[in-house]
Amino acid sequence: MAHVSISSDGRGFTGGLAELEVDAPTVRGLILQLDQRYPGLGDYVQRRMAIAIDGEIHQDAYAEPLGADSEVFLIPKIGGG
Amino acid sequence: MTDVMEKPAVKPELKVVGTRPVRPDGVDKVTGRAAYGADLALPGMLIGKIKRSPHAHARIVSIDVRKARALPGVKAIVTADDFPDLASQEYEAGESASNLRDLSQNVMARSKALYKGHALAAVAATSAAIAQEAVDLIEVTYEVMPHVIDVEAAMAPHAPVLHDHLYTEGLDERPKLPSNIAKRNRLERGDLDEGFAKAEVIVEGRYTTQAVHQGYIEPHACVCSMSEDGQGQVWASSQGQFMIRTYCAKILGLEIADIRVTPAEIGGGFGGKTTVYLEPVALALSRQSGAPVKMVMSREDVFEATGPTSGAVIQVKLGATRDGRITAAEVELKYQAGAFPGSPVGAGSMTALACYDLENFRITGWDVVTNSPKVAAYRAPGAPISAFGVESAMDDLARKLSMDPIALRELNGVRDGVKAAYGPTFHNIGYLESLKAAKEHPHYSAPLAPGQGRGVAVGFWFNVGGESTATVHVNEDGGAVVATGNPDIGGSRASMAMMAAEVLGLPMEKVRPIVADTASIGFSMLTGGSRTTFATGMAVTQAAEKIVVDLKRRAGLLWDLPADQIEWRDGAAVCLDPSKEGLRPMPLAAIAAQSAKTGGPIGAEVSLNAQGAGPGFGVHICDVEIDRETGNVSVVRYTAVQDVGKAIHPAYVEGQIQGGVAQGVGWALNEEYVFDGDGQMENPGFLDYRVPVASDLPMIDTVMVEVPNPRHPFGAKGVGEVPIVPPLAAVANAVRGALGVRMHDLPLSPPKVRAVIDAL
Repeated sequence: MAHVSISSDGRGFTGGLAELEVDAPTVRGLILQLDQRYPGLGDYVQRRMAIAIDGEIHQDAYAEPLGADSEVFLIPKIGGG
Repeated sequence: MTDVMEKPAVKPELKVVGTRPVRPDGVDKVTGRAAYGADLALPGMLIGKIKRSPHAHARIVSIDVRKARALPGVKAIVTADDFPDLASQEYEAGESASNLRDLSQNVMARSKALYKGHALAAVAATSAAIAQEAVDLIEVTYEVMPHVIDVEAAMAPHAPVLHDHLYTEGLDERPKLPSNIAKRNRLERGDLDEGFAKAEVIVEGRYTTQAVHQGYIEPHACVCSMSEDGQGQVWASSQGQFMIRTYCAKILGLEIADIRVTPAEIGGGFGGKTTVYLEPVALALSRQSGAPVKMVMSREDVFEATGPTSGAVIQVKLGATRDGRITAAEVELKYQAGAFPGSPVGAGSMTALACYDLENFRITGWDVVTNSPKVAAYRAPGAPISAFGVESAMDDLARKLSMDPIALRELNGVRDGVKAAYGPTFHNIGYLESLKAAKEHPHYSAPLAPGQGRGVAVGFWFNVGGESTATVHVNEDGGAVVATGNPDIGGSRASMAMMAAEVLGLPMEKVRPIVADTASIGFSMLTGGSRTTFATGMAVTQAAEKIVVDLKRRAGLLWDLPADQIEWRDGAAVCLDPSKEGLRPMPLAAIAAQSAKTGGPIGAEVSLNAQGAGPGFGVHICDVEIDRETGNVSVVRYTAVQDVGKAIHPAYVEGQIQGGVAQGVGWALNEEYVFDGDGQMENPGFLDYRVPVASDLPMIDTVMVEVPNPRHPFGAKGVGEVPIVPPLAAVANAVRGALGVRMHDLPLSPPKVRAVIDAL
C-alpha cells in the first residue's frame, strides 16, 4: 500500500486527516480512490495539486506507477517564472 | 503523448553539449533585425489605447463613450460589455490553473476598478494621437471607495473589502464574513513547542519586502487581426503562444481553433509574460472594426497595470542547540496578491525551509488581495521573499553561535534521502556539493577591506517539466531544422539545436532552431519554471533519436543490410557486419540526398509530458561596501554557486545565474513600488524605479556544480529560477556585516541605510 500524505490544501476534504494508505497501481488509480473515499478530493488534486512519488514531483501524469511501498505527497501545483 | 518517461542513462563523450557555440539568434538581436512585439505592421492597421482607472478602488457607475465614438478616426470602442461575463472557473493554460473570471476582469474591469491603472475601456483609431484623444473623451462616473495596499492593513478586521465573494480558504472553519484573505496554507512537522524547548539559542525577526516588478526591457505589445469569418490572428511577445491562444479564446468566448498565435521575439519576461493583458482587447477591437489593431504599453502602463511580485511580511523564529543543530523553525508569510487571489505564497511556503533537514517546524502562508496590480510570476515565484527572512535569520543564528555561516548550513543541510520540508524525499541533489564549492572558492577566504561586509545565503527551487512538442527535420543536404513551441527567452534555441546536433552527430551550426506558431506545431506549455531546456529538450532529444533509428533503417536499405547491423556514429551510418569490410561510413548528407528512395522526407515529432525535473540549489557569497556619507550600498564582489545538473550551453547557464543575481541585487537595494496616500504609484518609470545597470554591479562570478539529473537525457536541471532566490538575503547579510546592525526592511536604499548610520 502506498503511504499518502496530504498537505494542508487538501485536508478540507478529509476532515483534517493528513495521512492515509492507498492501494493503487498508478496515479489515475490513486485519484479515483481518493475521490471515492473523500468526494471532491480527487477532482481537487487534479486541478490544484502535484503528486510527489518517492521524491519525484509529477503534474498531470495519470500513467505514472505507484509501488507497493511508495511514499506519496500531495502538494500544491508548482509553476515558475 | 507519453506520460511516463524511460529513465535514460547520461550520455558519455559529449561533443556538442557542454560547449559554447555562438548563439543562433545573436546576430539578429545585436543588429536590430529581430522582430519584437511592437515591430509588426499590417496594411490598414489601427492603433489601440486603453482607458485606465485613476483610482485605486472605485465602483464604476457608468462609462459614456458617445463623445469618443463621434471623434473622426475612431473605429472601435470596447468595454467589459463586449466580453462574456465569465463565471468563476479554474482553467489550465499558463503554468497553473487561473480563474477565468478574475483573468477576464483583470483584462477589463466589470463593475469595480480594483487598482490605479485597471483597464476600463479601449479604443482603436487611425492614429495613436486620435486613439489617445478618444480615450480622454470617454466619461467614467466613479464611486470612489477606500483602498488598501499594505498587506497587514488588508488583513485587518475592518479593512476595505475588495471582493464580496471572497471567503478565506484553508481555515479550520469557513469564515462567516468575506475578507481580503484569500487563503491560508500550512506546512508542519514534529512538535514545535518541544523543538523550541530543546533550543539553547533562539533568534527571531520580522522582515518586510516591497512589491517589485520583473522589469523586462520590452513592454507588452501585440498586433491582432480578426477576419469577417471569425478567424483571429495574434502576433505577440510572450512566454507562451499557446497560453495566449487559450486565454484569448476563453476570455472572448471563441473556439481555440479560431485563433492562431505567432510568437514575436521577446525582450525579457521573467514570469511577467505568463498571462494576457492586451491581446484579448486588441482582438475585440479588431472584431468590431474589421481592421488589424496594434497595442503597445508604455512603461507607465507596464508598472501600473501588469503584475509585479508581492510585497510581503515575513516572520521567522529559529531555535538551535549550542553546537548549531536547528531544533525548531517557525515561519509566517503574508503576501500581497494584488487585485485578485493568487500570490506566490504557496511556493514561498514550500521553499522557505527546503534547504534544511528539520524535525520540528511550522510554516503558515497568507494570500491577501490588495488594491494594486494583480501579481504575476517572477523567477522562482515567492521563494526569494521567504528566503530573505529565513536566510537573514540563519545569518543571525550563525553570529549568535559564533559559527561559520556555511558550516551552519552544512550541519543542517538537506542531502539525498532527507525529506524536504514540503514533503517528498530528495534524490540526486547537489546542495552539499554547492556549499563545499562555495566554502573552497577563493572569494570566501579573501580578506575584506575596512568597512566592507560579507554575506552568505542559499536558495532552492523545485524546477518543473510538463508538456512539450518538438519536431526535427533533416534537410536535403544533411542539415536539420528543429522546431519547438517555446519562445526563446534564456537561450533555448541554442540548447535545442545543441541537443539535436549531439544526437544526430552534426556540428551545431548545421542545425537551425526555430520557434513555431500555434498552427505549426503541437501544444507546448509556456517557457517558464525553468522547464524548457529540461522538458522541450527531452522532446527534441527523443525526436532526434527517432530519426537516428530511421537513418539506420534507410542506410540498411541502401546497403542491403538489416538495421541491426548498422550503428550511428559521429553523424554517419557505420556497418557492423565484418563481411562488408569495404563499406565506408555513410554520412547523414548522403542518406538525405537519397531520401526519396528510402521512404521520403526524414523527420520526426515527439510530444510528451516530461516528468522528473531535478530540484536546484544555489549558494551565494556577496561583499558590499557602504558609502557612509550617502548611505549607498555597492556590491563589490559576488560569487554564485549552483547545482545545474549538466550545463548544455555553459555560457547561457552563466548568463542565467548572473541575470538572476542582478535582479536580486536590485530587489535588495533599490527596487520598490512607492504609493502615495491615494494608491497612486509614484515611481512608474525606470528613472525613479531604480533597477541595477551594468555600472552598478561587479563581474558576477559563477560556479556550476554538475550533479546530473538521471531523468534527463543529458543530465540537465532547470537553472533560471534558483539564482534569484539567495541574493536578497546575501546582500542584507553583507550589509549586516558592514554596519554591525541588522536591517529588516527591503529595499536597503540609501535613505534607510543612512538613517541606520546616523543612529549608530
